Amino acid sequence: MDATVAQPLPPQPLLQVRACRQAYHKDSNADLVVLDDVNLTLQAGEIVGLLGRSGSGKSTLLRIVSGLLPPTAGEVIWRGEALRGPAPGIAMVFQSFALFPWLTVQENVELGLEAQGVPRAEREARAEEAIDLIGLGGYESAYPKELSGGMRQRVGLARALVVHPDLLLMDEPFSALDVLTAETLRTDLIDLWMEHRLPVQSILIVTHNIEEAVLLCDRILVFASNPGRVAQEIRVPFPHPRNRLDPAFRQLVDEIYAVMTRRAPPAPAPVAPADAPFAAQLHHVSTNLLAGLMEALAGPPYDGRADLPALAASLQLEADELLPLGETLQLLHFAELEEGDIKLSETGRQFVQSDTDDRKKLFAASLLAHVKLAAAIRRTLDERWNHRASAVRFRDELEDHMSPDYAEETLRAIIAWGRYAELYSFDEEAQQFSLEDIEAAA
Amino acid sequence: MSSTATPAALSGRRLPNVWDIAALCCVVGLLVAMATAARGTLVPLDALEATPIDLDPGRLPEYAVRTTLRMFAALFCSILFTFTYAPLAAKNRRAGLIMVPVLDILQSVPILGFLSFTVAFFMNLFPGRVLGLELAAIFAIFTSQAWNMAFSFYQSLTTIPSDLDEATKLFRLTTWQRFWRLEVPFAMPGLVWNTMLSMSAGWFFVVASEAITLGEHTWQLPGIGSYVAAALAARDIGAVFWAIGAMLLVILAYDQLLFRPLVAWSARFRFETTASATAEDPWVLALLRRTHVLRVAGGMVERAFGTITSLRLGRPAAASRQRRERSRLSDAAFAAGVALAVGAALWQVVGYVSGALTWADLRETVLLGSLTLLRVVVLIALASMVWVPVGVWLGLRPTWARRVQPLAQFLAAFPANLLFPVFVVVIVRFGLNEDVFLTPLMVLGTQWYILFNVIAGAAAFPGDLQEVAKNFRVGGFLWWRRVIIPGILPYYVTGAITASGGSWNAAIVAEVASWGDTKLQAHGLGAYIAQATDAGDFHKIVLGVVVMSLFVLLFNRLLWRPLYAYASRRATLG
Repeated sequence: MDATVAQPLPPQPLLQVRACRQAYHKDSNADLVVLDDVNLTLQAGEIVGLLGRSGSGKSTLLRIVSGLLPPTAGEVIWRGEALRGPAPGIAMVFQSFALFPWLTVQENVELGLEAQGVPRAEREARAEEAIDLIGLGGYESAYPKELSGGMRQRVGLARALVVHPDLLLMDEPFSALDVLTAETLRTDLIDLWMEHRLPVQSILIVTHNIEEAVLLCDRILVFASNPGRVAQEIRVPFPHPRNRLDPAFRQLVDEIYAVMTRRAPPAPAPVAPADAPFAAQLHHVSTNLLAGLMEALAGPPYDGRADLPALAASLQLEADELLPLGETLQLLHFAELEEGDIKLSETGRQFVQSDTDDRKKLFAASLLAHVKLAAAIRRTLDERWNHRASAVRFRDELEDHMSPDYAEETLRAIIAWGRYAELYSFDEEAQQFSLEDIEAAA
Repeated sequence: MSSTATPAALSGRRLPNVWDIAALCCVVGLLVAMATAARGTLVPLDALEATPIDLDPGRLPEYAVRTTLRMFAALFCSILFTFTYAPLAAKNRRAGLIMVPVLDILQSVPILGFLSFTVAFFMNLFPGRVLGLELAAIFAIFTSQAWNMAFSFYQSLTTIPSDLDEATKLFRLTTWQRFWRLEVPFAMPGLVWNTMLSMSAGWFFVVASEAITLGEHTWQLPGIGSYVAAALAARDIGAVFWAIGAMLLVILAYDQLLFRPLVAWSARFRFETTASATAEDPWVLALLRRTHVLRVAGGMVERAFGTITSLRLGRPAAASRQRRERSRLSDAAFAAGVALAVGAALWQVVGYVSGALTWADLRETVLLGSLTLLRVVVLIALASMVWVPVGVWLGLRPTWARRVQPLAQFLAAFPANLLFPVFVVVIVRFGLNEDVFLTPLMVLGTQWYILFNVIAGAAAFPGDLQEVAKNFRVGGFLWWRRVIIPGILPYYVTGAITASGGSWNAAIVAEVASWGDTKLQAHGLGAYIAQATDAGDFHKIVLGVVVMSLFVLLFNRLLWRPLYAYASRRATLG
């Protein structure tokens, strides 16, 4: 029945990642560590999941394994030798599908074979075979833009399978698809895998969807952020096909939620949630969503306390969307996260019961008290004679501690929150914070 | 048909940096070097003057074909240049540092001003042979296309989506395969659009470059341009109209057989994930796609192309290794090399200038440049006042837009310098003021860029916003100020910058005109360069060209680019 587990482990692992570390060098300061001391061994015959939040370095690890990105330190052993650059035998399926819009389905699938110099006749035959396997027969002459998202990802899968890779890498392959399509594709993939019709030995899949990981994988590496590292390795003991409603399945999903929330806060927090240091990364989440979540929490079924997986399911949010919201509420002391649960605080309740103006005042007080960056911006503006300050300065300071992308997100978050709280205004053209339109209100 | 890509001149940095200055030095140095090499090589060319242009209209088809052939020879060279220069600039970080600003500056050099050096230069290479002159004419057209095309290709190369880039690396495509499977197709829509725009502008230059006067010598290459020049000298207005008629046919054929089918065809390379409403195929493309014989032939060509492009030439890309130490060393070597080149260029320029030019000359050219600048600004403003309302009116009415748009593009391609004689005759007849009445010639051909871009902008204006305006009864001046002008601003700026760039170039032929022995001359930098060319004074030509390039460069950097950046930032949500 369960062939993947029943197979005897081969003596030599397919791929080994040893003490990999990835850091971006910054001229002025210490290196920014994206991935720290990651070890991973892949055996033939298993599906392994890399599960984590955005920014936890799981995609970086996938790129290291693919040979696209050389690690700063450590090494990748592929078929017994150190990996240097993209290697034959490793193929990837992309989140965005990465299909060439000017090539037909057939031509897209043939691309990898063409690169290997396979003669035309053989190329066409093999492409045909892969296209049929993946259920795309009849679409050979279509261009990608004529296909639906699900069909496009099938092309991406066929393109990867046609080169008969030993290792198939999948980078969030189903996250750009709607729920129904994604589920169909997952089922098809697992069916082919169980029937041994996939010409691959092992699959490494990156995902931020907890249920997806539990549904597909034999083993899950849960990543923690900042710096990205493996927080825990979890074996999934269930045979395929798996049932999402099975209590044991739900139990495992709950456990993984707990793992992901336990280590997730910006600073490794002991008991009370710590205030964000000046240069903590903030999630750019909308204040509407924050308010909406607090209202939902305060409402009937939860009454101030909710189980995260259940909450995610009822709000139709993915873990990756819900967790930043939860963490932001925790940062502002509106709620607390513990062991996969979220609990509304007293201030949170107050917020829910207030009208718009009072909500803004509560939010402003919380920002000033618990987010150092917001407090620093406001203080600077108060001190300046013209009440203006350039965003460049704050961005530079943030970039000393995080990558430019995160600095940008943090800045956008602090701009949006400050505007909502009417702590300060921001002039997009001039890239300046100011107190215009604020003092009249205050 | 909308503008499918922005002209290459619009994007890029605004504030000049040290590399811009280095590039400027190199370009000016190059000009000076060419001028120096060209001096004193004008003697052995008399043989050419013996073949005069025949004003018999029966010869016009032959002349038209020769003009067109020159155009395509130049196009071929431009494509070769684009496919070598741009990848080098994009893939080699160090080379890109200097090659990109050089391209940017070359884009602002007025092509016609530099015609005189190139003629002398190529004549020097092939003394006493027509080939030299042909090459000079082809080179002039080349310079009107190549920079723009290379810039467009370079920009595409630097914006290749990272997932496609990773896919080609993972599937281990070689550099050759990657070039033809990823880079060229990705760049295709922008490249085709820029090529076609440059080619439209190129007709202007091919006409201007066929009849070349340098010092006491005049050479004429058989072609429509020299036919018109001969007609002017002979005061034969009938022949001028024949030439205009012939050119109309040539442009019509170019527009229908090449421009439209190519732009429509390149749409299949557009990088988009959703199928957008596709316009109907132009008839030529429909013919090619639907005729069986042609399809079979096309299929064979495609197969052959596929085989060649899938050859495993070059190596697959390896993962980039970090080699900080070594790159620092070669960085230093590279910087030293550039410094050396800049030094050599400066030495050239100083040596050249100190011999014959004074501060007074500089003052004069800057003053004349300001006059020409004033003309350009006033004309663009006038043309905008006329064509923006017209374009908006047309663009908001889809049936009208569909009819007028091809006409505007056709008019933009028609070489306006063929029409100059008609104006000149009127000015001479009525004794009008040259300074005022020669001026409109500068925008005669370029105003259409404003029109067709505004039409495209108004046609793309979102329907829901129009409905909002109607719903709230926003009308009159408020509607222009708050609704439509901001809505079409990026399109308008795109058109206006193309128009103003074209006008600077046109100044060299528009500020001076002749009718038989009568010479008309306006005051301006264009006239200054034209005069210096007539006199064969290379020092003044170089000075004039450099000053004009600086004017264009500053005008673009200080006005158009900030305006475009502002417009595109404001006109988009999110």
